Amino acid sequence: MTVHQMPADDTKPAYNYAYLDEQTKRMIRRALLKAVAVPGYQVPFGSREMPLARGWGTGGIQITAAIIGPADTLKVIDQGADDTTNAVSIRRFFERTADARTCEATDEATIIQTRHRIPEAPLKSGQVMVYQVPTPEPLRRLEPREAETRKMHAWAEYGLMQVKLYEDIARYGEITKTYDYPVMVNDRYVMAPSPIPKFDNPKMHMSPALQLFGAGREKRIYALPPYTSVKSLDFEDHPFRIQSWTQPCGLCGAGDSYLDEVVIDDQGGRMFVCSDSHYCETRRAEGHRGTMLGDAAASGLVEETTP
Amino acid sequence: MYVAVKGGEAAILATHDLVAEARRGDLAVPEITVAQIREQQALACARVMNEGSLYDQDLAALALKQSQGDVIEAAFLMRAYRTTLPRFGSSEPLDTAQMAIRRRVSATYKDLPGGQVLGPTYDYTHRLFDFALMETEPQRAPSPPAGEGWGEGSRDASDMSSKTGANVSDLRDPSSAPSGHLLPQGEKDRAPLDTTMPRVPDILGAEGLMEAEEPPEGDPRPFDLTRDPVSFPADRDVRLQSMARGDEGFLLGLGYSVQRGFGGTHPFVGEVRVGEVAVEFVPEELGFAVDLGDVTLTECQMVNQFQGSKDVPPQFTRGYGLVFGHSERKAMSMSLVDRALKARDFGEATNYPAQQDEFVLYHADNVEAAGFVEHLKLPHYVDFQGELELIRRIRREREERLAQEQGAKEPDTMPEAAE
Repeated sequence: MTVHQMPADDTKPAYNYAYLDEQTKRMIRRALLKAVAVPGYQVPFGSREMPLARGWGTGGIQITAAIIGPADTLKVIDQGADDTTNAVSIRRFFERTADARTCEATDEATIIQTRHRIPEAPLKSGQVMVYQVPTPEPLRRLEPREAETRKMHAWAEYGLMQVKLYEDIARYGEITKTYDYPVMVNDRYVMAPSPIPKFDNPKMHMSPALQLFGAGREKRIYALPPYTSVKSLDFEDHPFRIQSWTQPCGLCGAGDSYLDEVVIDDQGGRMFVCSDSHYCETRRAEGHRGTMLGDAAASGLVEETTP
Repeated sequence: MYVAVKGGEAAILATHDLVAEARRGDLAVPEITVAQIREQQALACARVMNEGSLYDQDLAALALKQSQGDVIEAAFLMRAYRTTLPRFGSSEPLDTAQMAIRRRVSATYKDLPGGQVLGPTYDYTHRLFDFALMETEPQRAPSPPAGEGWGEGSRDASDMSSKTGANVSDLRDPSSAPSGHLLPQGEKDRAPLDTTMPRVPDILGAEGLMEAEEPPEGDPRPFDLTRDPVSFPADRDVRLQSMARGDEGFLLGLGYSVQRGFGGTHPFVGEVRVGEVAVEFVPEELGFAVDLGDVTLTECQMVNQFQGSKDVPPQFTRGYGLVFGHSERKAMSMSLVDRALKARDFGEATNYPAQQDEFVLYHADNVEAAGFVEHLKLPHYVDFQGELELIRRIRREREERLAQEQGAKEPDTMPEAAE
């Protein structure tokens, strides 16, 4: 039997604060500094094997682990919601390994790790957004070889992307990219905003928050420093536009938020609710009522509590 | 005031309990021990050590037990543990010429110094069930319920024995299948093996017929892709490391593709050898090598043709595979793909998947591949809502346009014609 199989009393191995060893954190911080210095440029980094699966947020987790400290308050969202399974799992990971203070309120968080959404509430200076990124390369669907796409970025050779967007218009009458919609950063690099809906793209532009992007499996980090220009690619005669809905949130009545569609019966019944669960709850606490709030309470989707 | 109903955390905790229950299975059946897996499922342990990039038979067995025999999940456990281990140094290069041979076969020479050593191999077993293995020693297991595999198997076997005569009944007769029945009869009487077993490529190399394997200039420490990001084109040390920890099935398929036609190599197995090699380490404070123990390795060297060039006379080229444990299929697949990936070095066209380093290296990692494929299970309803909004709008606009065109052209056309 080998030594590691006979731990003394404590069967839990002693892991460093926030799981990663300090050398690895330094390596990640160096990559982050480089990424901040060259906005939108993908910095290769020595992505570690994590105890969570690749493709499940290991890039974002490594960034959060490298920057989190005891004074931080962490919010983790997936699809805009704090209670989706993977968000719960990642929040638990940091509660266990970094003794992290966690919260659901967007304005209380110092670090917000996210998958697929930017919160509806405006971000503030001093906050850090950490995005989980599956495919950091915006040109990957057009050119599978990394050796080629790195050259294309080096030469700012983005004609292929423009042609792709044009072909969409020629075929469908509009650009059909609905999420991970490519952006031009600081008039230099085309960047993948991660699979956030294009609805959220304008929130990246000139954001007062620091935005960090981690792709663990692809071993890339990139960043948007505060107040960076982020422009969604478009054409003069086909300007960029975001999604819109014909009805407001059924629970809180918000007309300005990204909505999730909930199937409520097998007769074609649909209900639209805010994807940002904290935003929706805050509005309801303020007394806003959507048309379906009563029905939703009756069907157990939300609970009424006495204040 | 209303709050959203939250059950995520409780549900996640419940899955942990359910998986523990599923792992244990029927409580009437004794629990398997890690030592049993290590000793009796050694080939599975070898695969977990390879794909987990960590040589530790006990941990490999534990990983298999914890993952219910799911090899990729077991490799994942190994890697997540490995990444937390401190690195205190690099061993001296292993010398496989000094291997304590268990098995060594060459397809290029009928006989050679040291001879052919078959050792433990499934190569010449007939793939007939050995139903004697159904019996557990020392006490028999309780009869499984009818309709389970064993019950049906035994019925099939009796059918088979009535058709095929003595073979199957011999197989089922415990007296004809003594312990160690995988070893050839008379194993114990065999003469001891030669102490010198030169590697076949070295024999060819002495004649100048084999591509020499020289370390790169300055003999730098090999790249470690678990610590640093890979860039392309990737050097050979990166390719070999990636393949050694790559998925056996993926490499097998790629190796097969090279051999079948999607690649131009025509290999001979110069040699496959399996055995134990000493690992030596030079601690800084001592300044001389100390023996850390033995590892079991499988090494395969393929001999391939090469036309030569103006500067280089025609010679054979090498495909190399080296893996932990007894893993011949993996070592052979690796050596096929290693040679295919040398295409660029020899000025050959790189038209096929197995010849393209980006394709092979990015996709051979089964832990990464499984993670990304399985992440599709995660919620994607925000992005899907974007797609729904788009597709509904495009369809609506299309219907409106068609209705307009139709109204303008022929008011009396059948509605089906518009579809």
